[in-house]
Amino acid sequence: MDFLATIGRVFLAFLSHVGRLSAFTGTALSHVVRPPFYPRLTLRAMVEIGYYSLPVVGLTAVFTGMVLALQSYSGFSRFAAEGAVATVVVLSVTRELAPVLAGLMVAGRIGASMAAEIGTMRVTEQIDALTTLSTNPFKYLVAPRLLAGLLMVPCLVLVADIIGVFGGYIVGVYKLGFNPSSYLARTWEYLEPLDVISGLTKAAVFGFVISLMGCYNGYYSRGGAQGVGAATTNSVVSAAIMILIFNYVITALYFGK
Amino acid sequence: MTAPAKIVLSDVHKSFGKKVVLDGIDLSIQKGESVVVIGGSGTGKSVMLKSVLGILRPERGSIKVDGEEVIGMRSKDRDRMMLKFGMLFQGSALFDSLRVWENVAFGLIQGRGMNRIQAKDIAIEKLAAVGLAESAGDLFPAELSGGMQKRVALARAIATSPEIIFFDEPTTGLDPIMADVINDLIVKCTKELGATTLSITHDMASARKIADRIAMLYKGRLIWVGPAKDIDHSGNEFVDQFIHGRAEGPIKMELRA
Repeated sequence: MDFLATIGRVFLAFLSHVGRLSAFTGTALSHVVRPPFYPRLTLRAMVEIGYYSLPVVGLTAVFTGMVLALQSYSGFSRFAAEGAVATVVVLSVTRELAPVLAGLMVAGRIGASMAAEIGTMRVTEQIDALTTLSTNPFKYLVAPRLLAGLLMVPCLVLVADIIGVFGGYIVGVYKLGFNPSSYLARTWEYLEPLDVISGLTKAAVFGFVISLMGCYNGYYSRGGAQGVGAATTNSVVSAAIMILIFNYVITALYFGK
Repeated sequence: MTAPAKIVLSDVHKSFGKKVVLDGIDLSIQKGESVVVIGGSGTGKSVMLKSVLGILRPERGSIKVDGEEVIGMRSKDRDRMMLKFGMLFQGSALFDSLRVWENVAFGLIQGRGMNRIQAKDIAIEKLAAVGLAESAGDLFPAELSGGMQKRVALARAIATSPEIIFFDEPTTGLDPIMADVINDLIVKCTKELGATTLSITHDMASARKIADRIAMLYKGRLIWVGPAKDIDHSGNEFVDQFIHGRAEGPIKMELRA
C-alpha cells in the first residue's frame, strides 16, 4: 500500500507542477502582449542571450561541422558516397545539430543564469519588493526574458548554421581534399529553404522554452542558497528534456511523411 | 463621529499546509497612527504584513485598506493600491543590479512613470533625508554596509511619499547605535509624511520608540493590543515574558517546526 501511495503522491505532484507551469506560462504570455512594456530590459536580455552566447554557440557549431565532415567522409567512403559529405553536413547542421546543440548550450548558459538571478531575487524578497513598488514581476522580470529568448535563439542558430557549414568546408577542403568550388556547389545543390526554416522554428521554440524554464524555476525557488541551486539545476535539466521532446515533435510536423 | 480606519483586518486566517499561522486576526489602524506588532520568530508577523500587501492570500477573513477589500483583488487594482504603500523589508531587498539612486527612484520611475532625471533628484533628496551623501547614490547595494543598506531601503520606502508604510524588522542585524539611528529616521520620516505605519519587530527598544500602539502576536492570534506607554503594565503574562526576554514563562520555545 505504501508503494501505491508513493506512486499516487508522485503523480499528484507531477500534475500540480504541470498545472502551475501552465498557469505561469499563460500569465507570462498575457504580460508579453499587454503594456506597459520594458524595452530597455528586453534589449538587455537580448544582448545577454544573443551577443554573449555567440562564442560558445560558435565554437559548438564549428567543431560540430568539422566532426560531421570527418565522420560522414569516413562512413560514406565504405560505399563510395564521399561526394555526399557537403550535403550531409549542411542538412544535418541546419535541420538538427545547430538548433539542438545551440539550444542545449544556451539552456546551460542562459537558463541557469535566469533561474539563479530570479531565484536569488525571490529568496531575498526582491520580487516582493517589486510588488510593493507597483511593478508586476511578470511584466518586469519574465516577459522581457521570454521575448528575448524567442527572438535571439533563432538569430544564434542562423549564425551557427553558417559557422557549422564553414567548419565542414574547412575540413572538407583542407583535410579531405575536396575541391572548394565543388564542395560549395554540393552544399547549395540540395539545400532547400524549408531546411533552414524548420531549424529556425525549432530555435524559436527552444528559446522560449529555455527562458520559460529559467524564469519558472527561479520564480518558485525557496529555501535560500540550496533552493536557488536546485532551481538552477531544474531549469537546465527541464529545458534540455523539453528541447529534445519538442525537437522530435517539430521534426515530425515538418518531415513526418 | 470617529474617522474610518485606514487599515482593518477582520478574522484573518492563513495556513501553510497543516501549520496554522494566522488564526483569526482582528486589528484596526487609524490614519496617521503607528502600530507595532511584536512577537517571537515564526509567529506570523511577516505573514500578516504580506497578507495586507496581497503578496500572500489568506484563506478566510477580510482586509480592508481605505474601505477597499484587498483579499482577491485583481492584479491591476493591486498595482494601483500599492501606490499608497511603502515598505522596508527585513533584509532591505534592494535590487542588486541597480545603483542606489535607481533603487530609491524605482517606485517613482516604474510605478508612477516619472522621468529619470526628475526621479534622480528626488532620490538624492530622500538619500539626504536618511543621512546619505549624493555620492552614495552611484554605488551598488553590495558596496554598502548593512546599516547603509537599511537607510537606502528606508529612503526607497518613503520616496513616493506613501500614505501607508510597513516596516518589517527594521533594526534586525544592526548594532544598537545604528538601530537607534534607524528608529529615529523612521519616526522623523513618517511624522513628516503624516503616514500610517505598521511595523513588526521583536526589538522592544525599537517598538517603544516608534509605536503609538503595540499589539502582541502569539500562536496566530493578537493576545494583547494597547497603547505603547501601557506595555510595561499590560497585566498579560505572555507580554511580560516577551518584553523582559525571560526564558521562563508561559511562552515555550518550540524545538521543532
